[in-house]
Amino acid sequence: MYEILAVKELAPKIKWFEVYAPHIAKKAKPGQFIILIINERGERIPLTIAGYDREKGIVSFAFNEVGKTTKQLGLLKEGDRIWNIAGPLGNPSEIRKFGKVLCVAAGVMIAPMLLQIKALREAGNEITAVIGARRRDLLFFVEDIKALSHRFYVATDDGSEGHKGLGFLKEIVAKEKFDRCIVMGPVPTLQAVSEITRPYGIPTIVSLMPLMVDGMGMCGVCRVLVGGKMKFACVDGPEFDGHLVDYEELIRRQRMFIVEERLSALLWEMGGLKYG
Amino acid sequence: MAEITPKGSREKIKKKAVPIPKQPPEVRIKNFNEVALGYTEEQAREEAERCLQCKEPQCIKGCPVGIDIPAFIKCIREGNFEEGIRKIKEKNSLPAICGRVCPQEDQCQKYCVLGKVGDPVSIGRLERFLADWERARGFNIPEKAPSTGRRVAVIGSGPSGLTLAADLAKLGHEVVVFELLHLPGGVLTYGIPEFRLPKEIVKAEVGYIQKLGVEFRFGYVIGRTFTIHELLTDEGFDAVFIGTGAGPPMFMGIPGETLCGVYSANEFLIRVNLMKSYLFPGWDTPIKVGDKVAVIGAGNVAMDAARCALRLGAKEVHIVYRRSRSEMPAREEEIMNAEEEGVIFDVLTLPVAYYGDEKGWVRKMECIRMQLTEPDESGRRRPVPIPNSNFIADIDTVIVAIGRRPNPLIQQTTPGLKVNDDGTIVVDENMRTSIEGVYAGGDIVTGEATVISAMGAGRKAAKSIHEYLLKRGKNKSS
Ligand SMILES: Cc1cc2nc3c(=O)[nH]c(=O)nc-3n(C[C@H](O)[C@H](O)[C@H](O)COP(=O)(O)OP(=O)(O)OC[C@H]3O[C@@H](n4cnc5c(N)ncnc54)[C@H](O)[C@@H]3O)c2cc1C
Ligand SMILES: Cc1cc2nc3c(=O)[nH]c(=O)nc-3n(C[C@H](O)[C@H](O)[C@H](O)COP(=O)(O)OP(=O)(O)OC[C@H]3O[C@@H](n4cnc5c(N)ncnc54)[C@H](O)[C@@H]3O)c2cc1C
Ligand code: SF4
Ligand code: FES
Repeated sequence: MYEILAVKELAPKIKWFEVYAPHIAKKAKPGQFIILIINERGERIPLTIAGYDREKGIVSFAFNEVGKTTKQLGLLKEGDRIWNIAGPLGNPSEIRKFGKVLCVAAGVMIAPMLLQIKALREAGNEITAVIGARRRDLLFFVEDIKALSHRFYVATDDGSEGHKGLGFLKEIVAKEKFDRCIVMGPVPTLQAVSEITRPYGIPTIVSLMPLMVDGMGMCGVCRVLVGGKMKFACVDGPEFDGHLVDYEELIRRQRMFIVEERLSALLWEMGGLKYG
Repeated sequence: MAEITPKGSREKIKKKAVPIPKQPPEVRIKNFNEVALGYTEEQAREEAERCLQCKEPQCIKGCPVGIDIPAFIKCIREGNFEEGIRKIKEKNSLPAICGRVCPQEDQCQKYCVLGKVGDPVSIGRLERFLADWERARGFNIPEKAPSTGRRVAVIGSGPSGLTLAADLAKLGHEVVVFELLHLPGGVLTYGIPEFRLPKEIVKAEVGYIQKLGVEFRFGYVIGRTFTIHELLTDEGFDAVFIGTGAGPPMFMGIPGETLCGVYSANEFLIRVNLMKSYLFPGWDTPIKVGDKVAVIGAGNVAMDAARCALRLGAKEVHIVYRRSRSEMPAREEEIMNAEEEGVIFDVLTLPVAYYGDEKGWVRKMECIRMQLTEPDESGRRRPVPIPNSNFIADIDTVIVAIGRRPNPLIQQTTPGLKVNDDGTIVVDENMRTSIEGVYAGGDIVTGEATVISAMGAGRKAAKSIHEYLLKRGKNKSS
């Protein structure tokens, strides 16, 4: 059992949890994830590590309340316990001095991006950060990321804050030479940014979020096509060369259980808190 | 040569084994309850009567852990079940499991002399009978040796790790089992379906091991959470056992394997058994099975997957296998169970591609017909494609069951650990790896094998670790 020590609401339906898991905190690195299961009947869900405090034994992550499990998780309070957490899983990000790094994060993934930026900054990189969300009220960590970046941009889908959409990035990469680009967010963001950096040959690292079960290479549900080769995202990734990922396939596979996921969330909401 | 008719003591040999009651096929394909129901006391005693109590029992030779088979059968005859189970447990710590899933027809029962004139004694069913009797009555917790103050870390809670943990705990060592999943048992829990091995039994065995004082930590991924080196230093363990088993599923590398509706057998079975998808939406993890399912491969794993698919409501389940029926690697009993339940066998058939619809769901499978060559020098007949025999079949679910590789994480993160080309870990005859204090056993050493061989390896490694710890104890000034 893992105790939740702190809960914050970063934006509507986006929560930040700090849990007590000293053995994971001790080893966690940017780019890695955990898999949690709320109770015996629950689903195993992967979440990216967004922070850790090795001394206090705390691991943090942020999540979007999108379906049954994340909504159920969102109801937990400080002092509640999560049945099991496995981790750290996946390969850590490559953190070293690259030079000029373009960091693009969208939605809930702004949270783990802050951790990346801190590490990249410490390694001596010059950061250009772009954070995006559907609407202005869904943005968070704006000041924190701004403070760590040499250049900072905001984008929203509806233009309610900063640039409207990510189109403006084209001009930025045309004007400035980047040594590396890191993208975290939903697939359309990963794909759009990869297409923008491709003509300039900027090495672009995307963090993939396919369906997962064990997270340790044993089931293969997380398989993705990268450069035409089959990879297991949980053990070969989760970060891959953004110019080589087959995004269409990834989106199709993410939607594999969409009917069942909706049913599960609906039944749970109808049954209220008693169910599950 | 063992005698077949004992000297005048018994007049007639009963050639037929007492059949084990089973759920009828049309009933059992609608539930996940255990198929074989087990002997009653009368049936067990009747079957035990068939044993000839050979002077030179051949059956023991076939038992990978050398159980004194005639002795425990004699106990059943005499109604002394307590002593019978004790005899088995001298050699096998997981009899309720082995009695159900061991390939007895290739082991003890293959050598039983009665097999020459009729059915061999049903040794497995008798083992199961005693184990179930014991579980129903409640386990006796054996006396533990006084604490040695030595600590052993066990990686993986499959049969090898569980056996080793129990043995070392009894000897007075402190044992901690690290398991990456949220439940113990390894393949016993996530692979073998409920209808062959009820999870209550695994739970009971683990409960017994916990009562011996063994601690289990779930969600610990050794290689990431701790390395082997850290276990031996920072974490203060005196020895480590690696029982991480097989994991990564193989795919054939043909077009369409990433379509939706194509599962590895491991994914399919993990969803069904570990995550209990057959209880969705009461349990949260979904699974989707279409009307027409193709299971690729013909081993035990393929049979398990096929039989799960039927129970999840598939109208037609095919086993697609490139060789012929007689080469199928699955246990005969499992092939028969699958056949009884209506699984269709498409032998001498090899899939070459899968095709999907516009949403990326698998809809068709292209196959080629195969034939077997004349036996080569080694006597093996290879399957080769028959030119231009390709055909297309409608299917909506594929389960690929063509084997699994050793779990690689420990090998990748442990400098100095000697590993074979196929990814298995090198050990000597005492299960020692190339690193002092580090032992390994089970599928991670042998490649995919059996529950009983993993258990035997755990037992052997426990003995070896015990000796090592005693020796080390003397050398330590404390
Ligand atoms: C390596 C990895 C890291 C992740 N990190 C984070 C994170 O830091 N924060 C976070 O909020 N989420 C993260 N995710 C996604 C998260 O695991 C899913 O959102 C979660 O499993 C949804 O569970 P649910 O039961 O609430 O929703 P479900 O009922 O499973 O799904 C609800 C909806 O979300 C969609 N969905 C489900 N899984 C994904 C996915 N993997 N990617 C995109 N959409 C999905 C479904 O299609 C559906 O529409 C990560 C996923 C992976 C594989
Ligand atoms: C579907 C299926 C059906 C089978 N049916 C039969 C049968 O009928 N009869 C029979 O005799 N055999 C059968 N087998 C084979 C048998 O189950 C295995 O040979 C046996 O379980 C191997 O035991 P093990 O202890 O080596 O490892 P496993 O049972 O594979 O357990 C290994 C454990 O280690 C854990 N692990 C792996 N890596 C790490 C890590 N880095 N850190 C922490 N934990 C880790 C895994 O999660 C797993 O729980 C079957 C196998 C399968 C897959
Ligand atoms: S089980 Fe078979 S081989 Fe073994 S003692 Fe009995 S009759 Fe002989
Ligand atoms: S999640 Fe199972 S192999 Fe990656």
